[in-house]
Amino acid sequence: MQANGTHSDVKMSFKNSKSHLSDKIVPVFLFMCAALSVVTTIGIVYTLITETLAFFQHVSISEFLFGTKWSPLIAPQSFGILPLLSGTLLVTVIACIVALPLGLASAIYLSEYAPQRVRKIVKPILEVLAGVPTIVYGYFALTFITPIIRSIFPDAGVFNALSAGIVVGIMIIPMISSLSEDAMSAVPRSLRNGAYALGATRFEVAWKIVVPAALSGIVSSFVLAFSRAIGETMIVTVAAGSTPQLTLNPLESIQTMTAYIAQVGLGDTPHGSIEYGTIYAVGITLFIITFLLNIIAMYVARRFREEY
Amino acid sequence: MNLLQDANRKQIANRRKADVVFHGLFIFATSIGIIALMALLVNIMMDGLTRLNFDFFTSNPSRLASRAGMKTAIVGSIYMVLIMAPISFIVGVGAAIYMEEYAKKNAFTRLIQLNISTLAGVPSIVYGILGLTIFVQGLAFGRSLLSGALTMTLLVLPIIIVSAQEAIRAVPRARRDASFALGATKWQTVSRSVLPSSMAGILTGVILALSRAVGETAPLIMVGAATYVAFLPESIMDQYTVMPIQIFNWISRPQLAFHELAAAGIIVLMVLLVLMNISAIILRNKYSKNV
Repeated sequence: MQANGTHSDVKMSFKNSKSHLSDKIVPVFLFMCAALSVVTTIGIVYTLITETLAFFQHVSISEFLFGTKWSPLIAPQSFGILPLLSGTLLVTVIACIVALPLGLASAIYLSEYAPQRVRKIVKPILEVLAGVPTIVYGYFALTFITPIIRSIFPDAGVFNALSAGIVVGIMIIPMISSLSEDAMSAVPRSLRNGAYALGATRFEVAWKIVVPAALSGIVSSFVLAFSRAIGETMIVTVAAGSTPQLTLNPLESIQTMTAYIAQVGLGDTPHGSIEYGTIYAVGITLFIITFLLNIIAMYVARRFREEY
Repeated sequence: MNLLQDANRKQIANRRKADVVFHGLFIFATSIGIIALMALLVNIMMDGLTRLNFDFFTSNPSRLASRAGMKTAIVGSIYMVLIMAPISFIVGVGAAIYMEEYAKKNAFTRLIQLNISTLAGVPSIVYGILGLTIFVQGLAFGRSLLSGALTMTLLVLPIIIVSAQEAIRAVPRARRDASFALGATKWQTVSRSVLPSSMAGILTGVILALSRAVGETAPLIMVGAATYVAFLPESIMDQYTVMPIQIFNWISRPQLAFHELAAAGIIVLMVLLVLMNISAIILRNKYSKNV
């Protein structure tokens, strides 16, 4: 994007040189590549909307939005998305309770306390956590975290929201810590030095100067992590079960929006049926929520950049 | 006067104490992530290492845990990468070149840029729904290797585009100016000067994106990567399975023997991902020396 001004000037002065065919075809091809991303978005939105509209010809929107029972695959069918929403929210909130403090604290440690050597070792290790495939986290939740939970709370189910939530939380820690650390590293050194000159301790500098100064960046990392937790599929499919129900009890089996979509994907639901239509209705709900969260995160982060 | 000084000293001591306490807390919080990673690795090693033998790599999946292996899944994952890599490389790098070298700074360019970064935040299962609608049903590719690879291509494109853009942006302007000064056309400049010097950075991004695709499960569930495939796919229109799907299938069974298989599969998958990441790091180091 940067190169435009000078290059077109240069080109002007060589206008008489023979024009190459490649310079006419290539830009068109490259433009098509870039436009593919827009086409993908239009494709996502178009398929979700048209199929969802078809779905809403059989099911009323108010039943979908406010119904408290979700059982589209078993008769009698009902199509209230609230149980899926509550399941998703339950897992996400648990994940955030785990990840927000831990992620922020490790970001503060890495940005304000850690010596260069420690940071060089710890940062890549945390990045490895971010690269672990989610199916591996699912296995970890089911075979490691769940037994621990069940030894503490004997009445917890084999599949429960708590186990899935904790592991989703572990998964998003590196995202929060690395984005927050970036935001805190961007805080000018002079602000810190000013506080130190007034006799502040390191913790006071970190907590009262750096964190507030980087707050928009930190908040936007929280929002992105929240959105990531909502969209996570495999951990909840493996560890949280497939029991859509309106509950706030983290020890019970629940179902999230993503896990429901995966459940239909695994089955042999015939194309064009109402059951099949549900994945689009649930999918568009998921898409809208994560899309809005991403926009919010972007907006918050942009406000932060303007401060300096 | 003395009393006041004592109070001050006390306050300072308390603030210092708080500093030490929080320092400890921050270290503790940071170590939890590392401990979790260690627990995860040890847990998987202990479950899976016993099942990791030669037969595991050469056997087809089986209803019997004792005879099941990962051959079809490993081959399926490799085929998928082989189909994905050239398509996503050409389209992704093409888009990045357009955005960095050709696009005018106008509203439409900003829209594409915003769109690319938004796409990166769309949950992967939504890509699965898109792939199911467009490739499996719309274009009637069915539950084939091709449908899966194209779906995964769309999923990793934003990652490739963004990293390739960064690599291209890092090429100094002087390089382009020198090329133009010699009378090169725009495309000659891009293809013979800008691309070669940003190629290591671009490849790093592509490898990382492909490793993300190798570990992805959710979208492939939607486009119907089968969990039981006893034969290797012979064409891109054949049924297939990939490692994460095979692992998921084993996890979903209640018997412990299958959980051990899953753990063994995870070890193979993680080793492959680590190798891909190491090669990306090597490339990145080489790259940072050159510029």
